[in-house]
Amino acid sequence: MAIDMQQFHGVFFEESQEHLEEMEQLLMELDLEDPDYEQLNSIFRAAHSIKGGSGIFGLDALTGLTHVMENLLDLARNGAMQLNVALVDKLLATVDMLKVILNCYRNEQEIDWKSIEKEITALNQFLGNDKNTEADDGFGFFEEVSPTAEEEAFGFFETEDKEKTKSEIEDDGFGFFEAIAPSDNPNNSSATPAAPPQKTPSKKKSEQYNHKSSKKAKAPPTNDTVRATIRVDTNKVDSLVNLVGEIVITQSMLTMIGSDFESIQEDKLQNAIAELERNTREIQEAVMSIRMLPMSFVFNRFPRVVRDLSSKLGKKVELIIDGGNTEIDKGLIEKLVDPLTHLIRNSIDHGIEQPEARIASGKSEIGKVTLVASQRGGNILISIIDDGNGLNREKILEKAKEKGINISDDISNQQVWDLIFAAGFSTATVVTDVSGRGVGMDVVKRNIESIGGQIEIESTPGQGSSFNIRLPLTLAIVDGMCVSVGDQVYVVPLINIIESIQPEFEQIKYLTNERLLWVRDQYWPILNLHQLMEISNANDDPTSAILILIESSKKRFALLVDALVGQQQVVIKNLEHHYRRIAGVAGATIMGDGSVALILDVESLSNQITTNIQEIEANHEYSNV
Amino acid sequence: MNTLTSDNNNNDQQEQLKEFLSFILGDEHYALDIMSVKEIRGYETVTKIANAPPFIKGVINLRGDIVPIVDLRLKFEVGKAVYDEFTIVIMLNVNNRIVGIVVDGVSDVIKLKSDEIRPPPEFGVAFDSKFLLGLAPINDEMIILVNIERLISSDELGLYENKTTNSQE
Repeated sequence: MAIDMQQFHGVFFEESQEHLEEMEQLLMELDLEDPDYEQLNSIFRAAHSIKGGSGIFGLDALTGLTHVMENLLDLARNGAMQLNVALVDKLLATVDMLKVILNCYRNEQEIDWKSIEKEITALNQFLGNDKNTEADDGFGFFEEVSPTAEEEAFGFFETEDKEKTKSEIEDDGFGFFEAIAPSDNPNNSSATPAAPPQKTPSKKKSEQYNHKSSKKAKAPPTNDTVRATIRVDTNKVDSLVNLVGEIVITQSMLTMIGSDFESIQEDKLQNAIAELERNTREIQEAVMSIRMLPMSFVFNRFPRVVRDLSSKLGKKVELIIDGGNTEIDKGLIEKLVDPLTHLIRNSIDHGIEQPEARIASGKSEIGKVTLVASQRGGNILISIIDDGNGLNREKILEKAKEKGINISDDISNQQVWDLIFAAGFSTATVVTDVSGRGVGMDVVKRNIESIGGQIEIESTPGQGSSFNIRLPLTLAIVDGMCVSVGDQVYVVPLINIIESIQPEFEQIKYLTNERLLWVRDQYWPILNLHQLMEISNANDDPTSAILILIESSKKRFALLVDALVGQQQVVIKNLEHHYRRIAGVAGATIMGDGSVALILDVESLSNQITTNIQEIEANHEYSNV
Repeated sequence: MNTLTSDNNNNDQQEQLKEFLSFILGDEHYALDIMSVKEIRGYETVTKIANAPPFIKGVINLRGDIVPIVDLRLKFEVGKAVYDEFTIVIMLNVNNRIVGIVVDGVSDVIKLKSDEIRPPPEFGVAFDSKFLLGLAPINDEMIILVNIERLISSDELGLYENKTTNSQE
């Protein structure tokens, strides 16, 4: 029985987490002047579901808080209460608190009842304000003034511009009470919203920017994510992916056997096998698509990050999200959250200037951070672009020298930007809780590389920076060209192949004993796969073997192999699960006959010839002179 | 061997016995904890891996898992590393990782009481004594009990990137 309860607990926690995220998102989208009834209703339902569930499991902290929230929302959706920025802020803070409580219950930690009490009181303040229960209100008002003020000061002022003078803050606090004071007035529902905007016009304004931007960003994906879904354990999906991989292998084994078959039935067998091949391919594609999720799963949390951070730093930032529908492997998405969050915080903190500075340099007061995802061939490109001040070359160089990194002054901009990925590197002069500790960019780079991605920086002084991340579309499958070298078969990802040729003798040139291929009016360095893979009985003569022209993200080269075996879609198997990473190899796959073939990692192969290429290019220029 | 097994059965109630799978490398008898054995297979063609030490033969496909194969004869420099239809691969499951070890043959399952295991001497040959559980005299043969878990995950074998992989998992 106890085990059963545990099971339900798990489901409840997961669902509540989702409800909270939904509430947060909807709250951010709310149009304060003219709230959408359906949206309010959804928020109400989410709060109600959590309340119901927590009541069943006796999770009183959740029940208490959601109950008050529900009351508030109920009034709001019935139009009995007008929404305002303070209320939405409060509700967002409550959502945050609910998340904390949920985590406490999940990890069986102590619940901070005191702060929950405070939160409930604070919420009741809003509620009492609108209920017009006079006697009660007057009483409750005085008693609750101090905790409310404290609570508000905590949740409210901290997010304020730090440069705001103290008197302004006091004024703000006062304004809040003033808004409450006329609660005896039956018309207060209209009076309440009017008060805060008057008192804090700048704040209201910046809130509106955030609301506007988040709406712009979120509206399309929300409409797309229809609720016709079921919850499936990822392990089940993964084992399905694995099984389908096995079916594909068995199917190609059948194809091989079928081609040897000789009888009257041969045609029929061939037809059936061809049918099977088509079906397995479709199953495979369908199963692979289960693992794909739209990028909006990650992107949707950023409007909140931007909103909180920009108001904390007193900056005005508009977040533009594009390409939220781009699909990416689920395993990648989970690992993208932290690096992207860090980069966005980084852009707002370091990139975007204070409004005054922006106006002074002739830019719009509102900074722009753009988050774009798109698919390019077999890659997903994600860019975080800001129109801030750009990276400061001198500052970075100075800092690097301070850190004892040995560099010359005339290195390229690209190399300078790459310095910020070094551990412990931050040019922020003041350490804030946002950034400046210098832990981060190196972790960002490492995280992205651990999922097979790359990150590059483009930056123009005074105009902004762009952090570009390139990721593989999926970790699980690749279109490959099977090539043979000696008695071994390797798979080269098809997206990297330009063409395959058998060169004429005249096309092979020599440069300090390195072979070059002359084709398409270019000299291509030749990489001998048999040398890299230590295979002895391979063909070393390019004119009787095959050269595959390969393009990696940075370099082009020709790969010498014995022969092409055929083109095939292969399931990528992880080598590191039972073994370790091998240089130049991205993974392994299982061929039709059940044997293992290694999948080449073109990027790391191209790194192996870095020095050679540079030498060649340098020498090439020489010969032109 | 039979007498030994029956002897041990008589003692079953008195002391808990540990079971070992004994195998042969060259002329020497070894044994490893049977709990780490996943299955026993014949040797099949492996896919070679570049830049690996010679005792790592390559990888094979074990029902969808890519599994490395280590030839212990090459590692310990005992016997001749020949591969024929009698060559045996013991598939081990150590810390949820699968690895195959090539041996000359598998002989028996032996049950040992703890007091039957003698401590290993400090001998500075290819076999580091930290990979030994002990030695057991059985029917005039000396059985070398291997601490297979430690051996497989050791840096010396270099099967895993200890620092990075451990932190990831």
